[in-house]
Amino acid sequence: MIDLTTTYLGLKLRTPLVPSASPLSHEIDSICRLEDVGASAVVLYSLFEEQLRQENFELDHHLSAHTESFAEATSYLPTPTEFRIGPEGYLEHIRKAKKAVHIPIIASLNGTTVGGWIDYAKQIEQAGADALECNIYSLPANPDLTAAEIEQTYVDIVRAVKSAVQIPVAVKLSPFFSNMANMAKRLDQAGADAMVLFNRFYQPDIDLDELEIKPNVLLSTPQALRLPLTWIGILFGRVRANLAATSGVHGPEDVIKLLMVGADVTMLCSTLLRNGTSHVRYIEDGLLEWMEKHEYESVQQLKGSMSQLRCPDPTAFERAQYMKAVKSVQHVMVTSREAWRILTGD
Amino acid sequence: MSRKFKTMDANEAVAHVAYRVNEVIAIYPITPSSPMGEWADQWASEGLPNVWGTVPQVTEMQSEGGAAGAVHGALQTGSLATTFTASQGLLLMIPNMNKIAGELTPTAFHVSARTVATHALSIFGDHSDVMFCRSTGYAMLCSNSVQEAMDLALIAHAASLESRIPFLHFFDGFRTSHEVSKIVVLSDDEIRSLINPDRVIEHRQRALSPDHPVLRGTAQNPDVFFQIRETANRYYEACPKKVQSVMDKFAQVTQRRYNLFDYVGAPDAERVIVMMGSGAEVTHETVDYLNAHGDKVGLLKVRLYRPFAVSHFLNCLPASVRKIAVLDRTKESGAIGEPLYLDIVSALNEGTKQGRPRITPKVIGGRYGLSSKEFTPAMVKAVYDNLKLDDPKDHFTIGINDDVTHTSLPYDAEFSTEPENVVRGLFYGLGADGTVGANKNSIKIIGENTDHYAQGYFVYDSKKSGAMTVSHLRFGPELIRSSYLVSKANFVACHQWIFLERYDMLNSLVSGGTFLLNSPFGPDEVWDHLPRPVQEQIIAKKARFFVIDAYTVARDTGMGSRMNTILQVCFFAISKVLPRDQAIAAIRESIRHTYGRKGEEIVQKNLKAVDETLAHLFEVNAPAQSTSAIEMPPPFSPSAPEFERNVLGPIYAGRGDELPVSAFSADGTFPTGTAKWEKRNIALEIPEWDSKICIQCGKCAMVCPHAVIRIKVYESKELAGAPVNFKSTEARDKEWQGLKYTIQVAPEDCTGCGICVDICPVKNKAETRLKAINMVPQPPLRVPERENWEFFLKIPELDRRKIKPGAIRQQQIQEPLFEFSGACSGCGETPYLKLMSQLFGDRAIIANATGCSSIYGGNLPTTPWTKNADGRGPAWSNSLFEDNAEFGLGFRLSVDKQTEFAKELVKRLAVTIGGELANALIASPQKDEADIYEQRQRVDVLKERLGKLNFPEAKQLLAIADMLVKKSVWIVGGDGWAYDIGYGGLDHVIASGRNVNLLVLDTEVYSNTGGQSSKSTPRAAVAKFAAGGKPGPKKDLGLMAMSYGNVYVASVAMGAKDEHTLKAFLEAEAYDGPSIIIAYAHCIAHGINMTTGMQDQKSAVDSGQWLLYRYNPERTAQGENPLILDSRSPTKKVQDFLSMETRFKMLTTSKPEDAKRLWAEAQHDAESRYRLYEYLAQRKFEPAKPGE
Repeated sequence: MIDLTTTYLGLKLRTPLVPSASPLSHEIDSICRLEDVGASAVVLYSLFEEQLRQENFELDHHLSAHTESFAEATSYLPTPTEFRIGPEGYLEHIRKAKKAVHIPIIASLNGTTVGGWIDYAKQIEQAGADALECNIYSLPANPDLTAAEIEQTYVDIVRAVKSAVQIPVAVKLSPFFSNMANMAKRLDQAGADAMVLFNRFYQPDIDLDELEIKPNVLLSTPQALRLPLTWIGILFGRVRANLAATSGVHGPEDVIKLLMVGADVTMLCSTLLRNGTSHVRYIEDGLLEWMEKHEYESVQQLKGSMSQLRCPDPTAFERAQYMKAVKSVQHVMVTSREAWRILTGD
Repeated sequence: MSRKFKTMDANEAVAHVAYRVNEVIAIYPITPSSPMGEWADQWASEGLPNVWGTVPQVTEMQSEGGAAGAVHGALQTGSLATTFTASQGLLLMIPNMNKIAGELTPTAFHVSARTVATHALSIFGDHSDVMFCRSTGYAMLCSNSVQEAMDLALIAHAASLESRIPFLHFFDGFRTSHEVSKIVVLSDDEIRSLINPDRVIEHRQRALSPDHPVLRGTAQNPDVFFQIRETANRYYEACPKKVQSVMDKFAQVTQRRYNLFDYVGAPDAERVIVMMGSGAEVTHETVDYLNAHGDKVGLLKVRLYRPFAVSHFLNCLPASVRKIAVLDRTKESGAIGEPLYLDIVSALNEGTKQGRPRITPKVIGGRYGLSSKEFTPAMVKAVYDNLKLDDPKDHFTIGINDDVTHTSLPYDAEFSTEPENVVRGLFYGLGADGTVGANKNSIKIIGENTDHYAQGYFVYDSKKSGAMTVSHLRFGPELIRSSYLVSKANFVACHQWIFLERYDMLNSLVSGGTFLLNSPFGPDEVWDHLPRPVQEQIIAKKARFFVIDAYTVARDTGMGSRMNTILQVCFFAISKVLPRDQAIAAIRESIRHTYGRKGEEIVQKNLKAVDETLAHLFEVNAPAQSTSAIEMPPPFSPSAPEFERNVLGPIYAGRGDELPVSAFSADGTFPTGTAKWEKRNIALEIPEWDSKICIQCGKCAMVCPHAVIRIKVYESKELAGAPVNFKSTEARDKEWQGLKYTIQVAPEDCTGCGICVDICPVKNKAETRLKAINMVPQPPLRVPERENWEFFLKIPELDRRKIKPGAIRQQQIQEPLFEFSGACSGCGETPYLKLMSQLFGDRAIIANATGCSSIYGGNLPTTPWTKNADGRGPAWSNSLFEDNAEFGLGFRLSVDKQTEFAKELVKRLAVTIGGELANALIASPQKDEADIYEQRQRVDVLKERLGKLNFPEAKQLLAIADMLVKKSVWIVGGDGWAYDIGYGGLDHVIASGRNVNLLVLDTEVYSNTGGQSSKSTPRAAVAKFAAGGKPGPKKDLGLMAMSYGNVYVASVAMGAKDEHTLKAFLEAEAYDGPSIIIAYAHCIAHGINMTTGMQDQKSAVDSGQWLLYRYNPERTAQGENPLILDSRSPTKKVQDFLSMETRFKMLTTSKPEDAKRLWAEAQHDAESRYRLYEYLAQRKFEPAKPGE
């Protein structure tokens, strides 16, 4: 019997297949379907503090605009004595999800203020989430903001949230740090229980007919796998925190590769949106089939087997490898392993 | 029992009681009573129980007639039931009221008394409506103040149960219904203690029930009807005592005593005024003042007007009385006197007959306060002064200058009874800036945090965009009876700089008073920017003068354009009505209370504004001399016609009260083409045309709700003498080759909505944020663009025969004959009206249902309906809300009859006027502009020839010769009219087969009265009267109209497909039969960004929420299916549309589970509707052949 179990955020999971934050978790029914097809946990869609604030401002604006302006109508919409604004709807969703399924429910939060991160994290914990994923999703466009300031913000958020809640806290990261490894180390030290690699950012497109910027979201392609594969491979064994791979996980092979470089779980999104929730089952079957064929006993056995620490050629993970591939460039590069040593003093 | 003080208006006060003592509440919106129904609906949707612990059924009906019918039915089957109404609504209830009273059924109807429409509609208050109900058999109980309205509402219900006589409880519309006052709120226990449970049970036992069946509502014959009618007498005889008994019990419970009649003043007064309503409180205050100053006068307040208790009345009058002035707040033309006067004369006569001749005073009658005309202590004093005369003026008027029939009493406007210990504030704001909201909040803070009494009354102008609000506030240690506007203020605040040049606000400031100005200029520079009269009054009155830059504080604290919190802080900081720290703490607490439910962000934003305000508030040291050369301009341009300058101008400037009777026509007729003189300058930004990249599509002009974007195509020679900055380019249309093309903006009439920019399809290739029309700040352009606009107006219009009306790029150069309305900025209705006026305005006659379109179309001082250079343009009238289709059909019948007669006369006079001309006049098809042009030429020739003839038939033909030119009859109204109250008439009119055009401006709610649900409201929308989201689907009016087969029906949405809208208008008008266009109109009541309202329209169509189609019966002649579905299959989900609008979205925050269900049902509605129409449009059309 092949053992697919893994441990992530202190949670014992039946398989390493976890649907990531996506519209698939908007409905309790679809969360149930995900459980039915074998998802070992579900990360709920993100609660966006900024969106809540914006919606509150908009609601307030539209309920107060045009009031007290005209004798026949001092208002135009009824104003309920109570609004279920703020995170109540999301918290209720957590409660319902917890009641509906047996698999762990990992909430996802995107805050904009330290107060928001802390308050919402506490409320999410109280609502019964098994763990919290901090979706630190910011796209700094301010040229006066330094990298150091941005990085410190990440660290501060993780510290603040960790000190506010008892449940495990994962942090979902962007790959766009000057030194990803250093960032990972600092977040590890700040107490992050897991790192989710990587967040996929909104990148605008242009509509050539309308001459407008279009906010369309692209589903990931299998090529996107390379980025988490690289960094999980490098980080495995070097951070205490669990590692979750997200982006580009489309088929069983992708899962196997990511487990091999050291992922504790692999997160599924685009492939489920594209192929339907039952694709979880297909991937699990494929994973089992491959492991059986190649005589692997457990996910634990797979995990990290091809990481930089354990693979036959550690330099294969390094940027110098790319340099070799492009013969014309003749730089002396510091390898990522060397960089790690310099940073960590290992 | 501790007394609970709250601040509220009378509508809320009455609803508080009525809701708690009823089980069935039937409602329908009408100003000023709508808020009573809104409260009831909201409380029911929140599950608030009545005093017996059950939640009343609150049901909106299709009209007040319907509401009264439903209440009648509920009462007959044993429920406690009520309704609320006013004015025309009350008139519609009268038939049922007669029945309810005839059946001795206990109920109370609550009426915010409002003027009944005569020469004009008025939303304001007087007793003309309730006086129509004197003969219904209802008892009539009048409240004079907000407190009384709450108290007497309960007394009315209790007394009705005791007496079995139904009650009409009334209070003055606006003056009382909308006055915010500090009152003691009746607790549920107090309310319960007044309602006798035995009487409730008796009412139940009289109910119609199959378990103990009876027959009621019989038809009777001459033999017994009369006798049975007399059986009710003893109930009416007993009623007054029962009312008094309830009043006595009420006094025991609440310590507030009322009597059927209450006398106040000198016990030995010789001169007494008898009256009822809010004016009685003014008189009460004046009586106290006059008597305190040595006079001996009295006031008798009538509370129970019907049944009129003669002996109670006589007992209440002091024996000393020698002269009585009876004041009526109504007018009955042709009567000996007004109703209350006649009743008092009769009562005294009855007393004499009953052997009580102890007093035989002289009684005179007078009218006051029609349509909320101010009634002040000065006027009261004038009435008492009149009574001093040996031969006092009888049947007088007070409060106006009647220089025609000389009925009016003179009065000294300077006379004041305002006590020194009352703080009086006047606040001038814009509707959008939150001034009224801030003041209501201040009243609450003072009323509910101190022992002081507080009163607020709010005056709005009639515009829906850029409307001015004036708040009148009083705070004092004694009960405030001053139900009149503040005319001597010790605090005046001007919240908008632009008002400085327009209104003489400081005229009302007392010497040593305080003036607060919201100014973009700081304390050191503001003085030099003030107009001379403002400077002079600050100096002369030794006023303390403060400035705050509230715009900046609002912007910096994220408050946007709402300055409510900021200006409220200023008031408390300066006025010292409360200790400053206590006041600020109270404001903070109030912010938490008011905004807490909307989220912490909103609270913090407001708290930040409080802090920032104090740092930006400065006192200005006024110099000793005025230095300004800035004068206040006349309201209208000197080039305006005399009537506009001398009559409409003063009304616009807020000085309409000063106009004498002789200023007006006797029948309510006014000129059109007057909105253009207002020049309101309310836009902060206006559109600027980029002629280089413009493709001349005409869309910007088409969507402009205010007709401020105009297009002209003209010969280049017209450019001679053009201002330097006047823009002109070559016309791109091949048919106009060689002509010039200009898009010009009317800079001072634009409201700055930006909808033109949103619709513009062109992008500047070098800088894609720019379009061919872009919003830019107005102030720098005001003068140069005004010059350009004036030049543009002088360029002649292109001959209409050279314009293809079927293509927007050409059609939009047709001159709009609907311009500069006071509709909301970005209004979704007005573009349709403007389009109609462009296409057919020079021969259109319009029947306009009451509603938004009748208010922005016909509310004084001006009208947007205008004339072309030939003096032709739409003739417009509003009859009522409910009868508009019939009113318009009357136009058609009349026009057709006169046209027919004119043709008959042409035939009879053919020899005299010339056979060729006669034949041509009769045969002209008048299908297009060229035909119409030629027919007009012929009619001119005809008139010229007829003018020389002097025999009766020639004169008759001359009088109706214009009828030989085809007239276009338009019947216009909103969905409240078309779907609900006017549907019966609409249905009859479209069934008539007559050539009328009905335009339904469908905002899917009663917009004018504040967004109440109609049968057009779509499922899932939150609206007033549907606070929990509309559970049912929208009525399909178009499908119902199509069922006749011979009605042209179109459903359009300009923002989705403008060419389709244009085509529908042309087809509808061309169809020689009834046509109905149902036009989707976005609205402020949807809770949307009005700048992008056309995007909402598009999304409604793209999602299938709104369908585009045309049903043209003419197609059947060619064997074609008459229905063309112009909407494509939905390309998006309904929820994508619903998410754009607060009316739908707010349900997701108030009732998320309901929202989820209703949104899914809304999707289902849209899909089903699309499938049905698709089927109807695609089915093989096989009409039955005659004889089959």
